[in-house]
Amino acid sequence: MEIIQSASAGTTESSDVLIMIDSNGNEGIQIELDSNVAKQFGRQICAKIEATLKDLAVTQAKVKVIDKGALDCTIQARTIAAVYRACGVKEIDWQVIRSWNA
Amino acid sequence: MERLRRTMMFVPGANAAMLRDAALYGADAIMFDLEDAVSLKEKDSARLLVYHALTTFDYTTVETVVRINGLHTGGRQDIEAMVLAGIDVIRLPKTENASDIKAVAAVITEMETKYGLTPGQTRMMAAIESAEGVLNAREIAQASKRLIGIALGAEDYVTNLKTHRYPDGHELFFARSMILHAARTAGIAAIDTVYSDVDNTEGFLYEVRMVKQLGFDGKSVINPRQIPLVNQVYTPSAKEIQQAQEIIWGIQEAEAKGSGVISVNGKMVDKPIVERAQRVIALAKAAKLIAEEEQ
Repeated sequence: MEIIQSASAGTTESSDVLIMIDSNGNEGIQIELDSNVAKQFGRQICAKIEATLKDLAVTQAKVKVIDKGALDCTIQARTIAAVYRACGVKEIDWQVIRSWNA
Repeated sequence: MERLRRTMMFVPGANAAMLRDAALYGADAIMFDLEDAVSLKEKDSARLLVYHALTTFDYTTVETVVRINGLHTGGRQDIEAMVLAGIDVIRLPKTENASDIKAVAAVITEMETKYGLTPGQTRMMAAIESAEGVLNAREIAQASKRLIGIALGAEDYVTNLKTHRYPDGHELFFARSMILHAARTAGIAAIDTVYSDVDNTEGFLYEVRMVKQLGFDGKSVINPRQIPLVNQVYTPSAKEIQQAQEIIWGIQEAEAKGSGVISVNGKMVDKPIVERAQRVIALAKAAKLIAEEEQ
């Protein structure tokens, strides 16, 4: 999927995460993380976002993340929502999403 | 045994923390709201969030319900995601007639077929929120075999009637009675509306006692603090449990002897009395006043 506009999904409420995505030219994936638990879980949060972007076939994206203690499933849900919005795609392929976690 | 539905807790579909914690409060059912609790621009994200919650968190102790949007305002996508995630019940808002139910049931069938799921595994319930819906309650309740219950949505209903909610609830008496009779005729559950003033415990208890007296299976709740209050009203007394147990034991003894009619404490026991006794036992078990294996 190709990022064609900046978009975000999620909130900065407790247990949630705000994912902001923008195009990144040909610079690959860049993730900037702001989280109170970055020391302990920062690597895991970034890995979850990277894996989700890979599943969505996103190869170029600048991602800013404000995490408020979100679990993996929330990070994944918000990342998918942000990517679909940034790509201007409205219909989600649920079968594909199911296959990732099967 | 029929499933107990004393409490159905509303959980906003866009709230990550509440989705995570929803099963911990002891509600009999959780209703994830993708409709009124989610703003228009957040529908897509909330749908994804609830899908991931359903496929990640352990909701096995509760019945999972999702309130979808209308079929032309995102409801079709809601149904696809929720059926695939394995939701127990799809709740249709603002149901006016049997056609509304049939249209949603057809989409559920389409999605169960598309994803190779057991036909009919996804159940339905309908919220009735208008004068039109109340007058059509009977046809609504009988519109699909998927239906497990119908519920009153009072806020829209009283607006439609050109009134508002009063502490005594007189303005809802007709709708409650219609919905209850329609549900009982169809053999499904009747769930009462929410009580929004969370801090008014006395008013809430008054309303719960009233709907229990009418015959409702349970009440919709909007805050975990309301759950023990509903359970308290629906919990039978020690005397009621004792009487119910004596009736069940009496029936078992009569069956063992091959006797058709029994009497307990000098009173004849017939089918409706046995049914009431069975419900008392089920409520007592839910309140952990008697052990699961006891009668």
